[in-house]
Amino acid sequence: MAEEVPAELVRSLEGTAREVRKEVIRMTFAAQSGHPGGSLSVADILTTLVFHELRIDPARVDWPDRDRLVLSKGHASPAMYATLALRGFLPREELSTFRQLGSRLQGHVDRTKLPCIEASTGCLGQGIGMAVGMALDARLRKASYRTYAVIGDGECQAGPTWEALMAGGHYRLSNLVVILDRNGLETDGSTEAIMGIEPIVEKFRAFRYHTIDIDGHSIPALLDAFAEARRTTDGPTAIVARTVKGKGVSFMEGKHQYHGKAPNSAEAEQALAELSRGEGAPS
Amino acid sequence: MSAFAVGKPESLRDAYGKALVALGEKDPELVVFDADLSGSTRTILFGQKFPDRFFNVGVMEPTMMTMAAGLALQGRTVYASTFAVFAAGQAYNAVRQSICYNQANVKIVATHGGLLVGADGGTHQIVEDIGLMRGLPGMTVIVPADAPTTRAATFAVADRYGPAYVRLTRENLPPVTDGSFAIGKAAELRSGSDLTMVAVGSLVARALEVAEDLQKVGVSTRVLDFASVKPFDAPALLRAARDTGAILVLEEHSVLTGVGALVASTTSENSPVPVRRVGVPDLFGESGEPWALLDRYGMSKERITEEAWELLKARGKVQ
Ligand SMILES: Cc1ncc(C[n+]2csc(CCOP(=O)(O)OP(=O)(O)O)c2C)c(N)n1
Ligand SMILES: [Mg+2]
Repeated sequence: MAEEVPAELVRSLEGTAREVRKEVIRMTFAAQSGHPGGSLSVADILTTLVFHELRIDPARVDWPDRDRLVLSKGHASPAMYATLALRGFLPREELSTFRQLGSRLQGHVDRTKLPCIEASTGCLGQGIGMAVGMALDARLRKASYRTYAVIGDGECQAGPTWEALMAGGHYRLSNLVVILDRNGLETDGSTEAIMGIEPIVEKFRAFRYHTIDIDGHSIPALLDAFAEARRTTDGPTAIVARTVKGKGVSFMEGKHQYHGKAPNSAEAEQALAELSRGEGAPS
Repeated sequence: MSAFAVGKPESLRDAYGKALVALGEKDPELVVFDADLSGSTRTILFGQKFPDRFFNVGVMEPTMMTMAAGLALQGRTVYASTFAVFAAGQAYNAVRQSICYNQANVKIVATHGGLLVGADGGTHQIVEDIGLMRGLPGMTVIVPADAPTTRAATFAVADRYGPAYVRLTRENLPPVTDGSFAIGKAAELRSGSDLTMVAVGSLVARALEVAEDLQKVGVSTRVLDFASVKPFDAPALLRAARDTGAILVLEEHSVLTGVGALVASTTSENSPVPVRRVGVPDLFGESGEPWALLDRYGMSKERITEEAWELLKARGKVQ
C-alpha cells in the first residue's frame, strides 16, 4: 500500500523523472525532431522501472539474470535514453547526439548500436511479442529474470499487440508485465475518436492478465503496482497507467500536435523553465 | 547552376493531397484510408473536404488494406496511404492477397519511402519496397521524381483499373518534369549519346546535375526518368542501350531488388551492355540528416560521377 512506500524514495524518483523530462526537451530541441509527447507521458513509468523495479546493473549489461525492458513504443526513445543515461548506462553528454548521423542514439531504440537496449523497436506492435519470447526463455532456462514491456494506446489498435498479449495470457507468463501508457492520444488525435480501444481494462482481463488500473504519474501507485505484479504468480500482469501526453510542459499537455514535433527555441526555454519550477515542490 | 534546376523544391505529399481532393470532387464514390498519419501523408486534405468518405483507422495497416479491398470489390476506387515501411512492409501479405490476388482497385500511395526519411532512422527507411511491390502480379508501381509527376500519377492510377503502389519521398524535391507522366512510359529529360542514366525518385535531379557537369567535359548523357517502374518502358531502355552502349541506374533503394536489378536483367536478356547500379547497398539505414544519408550510403554526386567514368572506360570512350 502507498503508505508503506518510503517518502524519500518517492521524492528521489520524482526528482529523477523531472530530470528525464528536461533531457527529453533538450534532446528533441537539439535534434529538431523526435517525439516529445509520448516521451513525457512515459517518463514516470520508465524512471520507476529503471531506478527501482528492474534488477539491472550498468556495469554488467550482459548479466544473464538482468530483468528485461522492452520499449515497444520505440519512438519514446528520448525518455529511454535519458533514463538509462541518468542510471549510468551511457554518458549523459551522449544524449546531445540523438538522431545525428553516426550516433548510437537512433530515432527509435536500437540494440545493435546501444547494448543496454534489449530489443530494437520502432514499428509498433512488435515489442510485446519479443517480450513474450524473452519471458518464455526465462521459463525454459528456469532463470529468475522478469520481462517488462511498455506499450502505447495507439499501439493497442494494432493486431500483433493482441496476438502477443494472447500468447502471454495463454502461456500464463507470471514473469511478464505489460505497462500501457494510456495517454489517450496518438499521432492524429484521440484514440477514442480515431479507433477506440475501450474498454481496455476489461480487454486485458479477457486476455487473462491480472490488470491494475493506476495513475501513471503517481510514483507510489507505480511502485505499488510493480510490487503487486511480483506477487502475482499465476499469470501475466497488465498495468493500465493513466497518463497525460506531454506531461509536465503546460503547452504540450493533452496536445496530439506534440506527438512528433520538436519544440522551437522559445518553447524549449519555456518547457525547461516550467520543469525547473516544479523542483522541490510537493507533488 | 545546372540548366534544369529551375524551380525550388516542392512537397510531393502536398501535391498528392491536393490531387486526392480533386479526385474526390470528380468521383463521388471514391474512398480514402489512412492509418494515423494523415497529417504527414496529407490525406487529411481529403478528410477535411469529404469526412464521410475518409477513414482514419488508426495503427492497423494490414487491416486498413483489407478494408480498402472490401470497399474496392464493391466497385469503388479506393486510396490508402501510410508510410512506405508500413504500406509495403507491415501490410505486405494483406496487399498481396486482399488487394493483388483479388485484383481489387486499391491505390496505395505510400509516403516516406527510402533513406530521405532521415532522423527517424533505419526502422522507418524502407529500401526494399520497390522490389516487394514490383514482384506482385498485377501491381502497377510508380516512383515520381517531383510534385508535377506525383499529381499526374495520382490521377493516372485512378484511370487504370487495378492495384497500384505509388512511392513518395518525404523531402521536398525540385520539379524536373512538366508533369506529362504516362503509365508505362519513360520520360527523356535530357538527350545524349555517350551514356544513359536511368533514374527514379529523388535521384532524378542528381542525375540531371551530374549530366550537366559531364557535358562540360564533353560527355553527352541521356537521362531517362523511369517513374513508371511497372509497367516498365522496355523499348525506351533498349533504345538507350543501343544508342549509348552503357547504362547507369540511380535509385534511392536497395540495389539488390530495385530498378537496377530490373534494368540489368532486361538489357542482358535483350541487348547486353555494361550496366552499373548506384543505390543503397545491402544495409539498413540509420538516423541522420536526409541528404547526408544519401551521400553516406553511396549516392553522392561524386560517386555517381565516378560510376559514370567507370562505364565510359568500359565502353572504351575514355582511357
Ligand atoms: C506499425 C506502425 N504504424 C505506424 C507508426 C507511426 N507511428 C509512430 S507513433 C504513432 C502513434 C502511436 O500512438 P501511441 O501508441 O498512443 O504512442 P504515444 O501516445 O505513447 O506516443 C504512429 C502511428 C509506427 N511507428 N508503427
Ligand atoms: Mg498514446
